[in-house]
Amino acid sequence: MNLQVELLEENSVQRFKIVGEIDAFTAPKLKEKLAAVEKVVGMQAEVDLSEVGYMDSTGLGVFVGFYKAVKANEGHVKIIGVNKRLKRLFEITGLEQVMDIVMEESRDADATV
Amino acid sequence: MPQEVGKQYKELLQQYIDNRNEEDLYFGQQFSRQFIEKKIAPEDVISIHKTALAEVFPDLPEKVMYSFDFLIEMMIHYGLALREHQSLIRKQEEIQMEINVAAKVQDTLLKTKIPDFEGIDIGFITEPAKKMNGDYVYFLNDDNNVASVALADVMGKGIPAALCMSMIKFGMDSLQGENTSPRNVLDIVNRIVEKSVDDSMFISMFYGKYDARDSSFSYASAGHEPALIYRASEGGFTELDAKGLLLGVQPDVDYEERSVMLEVGDFIVMMTDGVTEVRTETGFIDEGLIKSILLEVKEESAQSIADTVYNRLLELQNFHLRDDFTIIIFKKENDLV
Repeated sequence: MNLQVELLEENSVQRFKIVGEIDAFTAPKLKEKLAAVEKVVGMQAEVDLSEVGYMDSTGLGVFVGFYKAVKANEGHVKIIGVNKRLKRLFEITGLEQVMDIVMEESRDADATV
Repeated sequence: MPQEVGKQYKELLQQYIDNRNEEDLYFGQQFSRQFIEKKIAPEDVISIHKTALAEVFPDLPEKVMYSFDFLIEMMIHYGLALREHQSLIRKQEEIQMEINVAAKVQDTLLKTKIPDFEGIDIGFITEPAKKMNGDYVYFLNDDNNVASVALADVMGKGIPAALCMSMIKFGMDSLQGENTSPRNVLDIVNRIVEKSVDDSMFISMFYGKYDARDSSFSYASAGHEPALIYRASEGGFTELDAKGLLLGVQPDVDYEERSVMLEVGDFIVMMTDGVTEVRTETGFIDEGLIKSILLEVKEESAQSIADTVYNRLLELQNFHLRDDFTIIIFKKENDLV
């Protein structure tokens, strides 16, 4: 199973673009990438999940850990590009209430830009 | 001991040099096993070879014999590496034994008994995908009127998960009387878990409490998969969801508590994501599938309903569970005995 993480810095926002499936096999790689920056004080992180086809609870654990670490360093985590299935996962777990989560933009909205 | 193997070695060597057939080579290979068993180091093997050679060919030039002293030095670190490897294997065996003991302790510690009293029929099945289970079911039953159940899914497996479960169990055991309302239980357990777990670890938990005196089922959820209730009067299902964050993310969480009344024939289905997120070759199962299986067997006993769902979904995954699987059924029985 493949997973790619790209890190882009845009106007002091750390933007992570994740492509692939996040499960028990790929999660350690993701965790390592995120852990490299999570101690930065006051970091504004944006995690783009629009190219993530599947994520299980191990993946969710990685984001919970990242969220806690960034929050402890007075930073902010925003998760974008969340599809319907992932949205349900964030809803059920109650994480939607504490994390900044943005649904995937619909194709129509893209077209008008 | 070295003299004895030295003698045998010499005989085998002599035999091979004289005949040079495959069979003798094979004997040599088998013989090396004895060397390993007797913990003879690689450098000692060279030394044995040197001695044997000197006896077989007394006229070998001295210079050739010196070369073996050099070879012996070359082998010293191989010998050390081998001993290190063997000591690691021993350590690993010790750790494995400790894990086995821990798993047994966990089994005993986390044992739970289905509450058995009139008015409610309870059945459940929990199966780990691997050796240790990350799902945890615990029944509490203080008197003959109230049956409570906690269903937790611990992210992560093995020893850390097992320790977490013990924490949950003792947290719940310490609560009594009015403190056992679902929202209270989750609040207390969350505080315990939040203080104790690693950052990337979390637990989802559903807590339900059935009171036979008024047939009410109250529940709260810490980020857990919603339960289902089957209404015999309507012939359909409704989701039992309640707002609440996963355990272990932050210390102060307000858990919502809700309650439903059960009529005869109604049943509640509590599950972990190993049930709802079954993945087959063609993708995730349709959420209607579980409901349709439940409908087929709705007249059966709680245990039989749980078993049927398990067996059907196991078959769909080609008899190979990808995730820990747990389903619990609370079914209201006929009041008349």
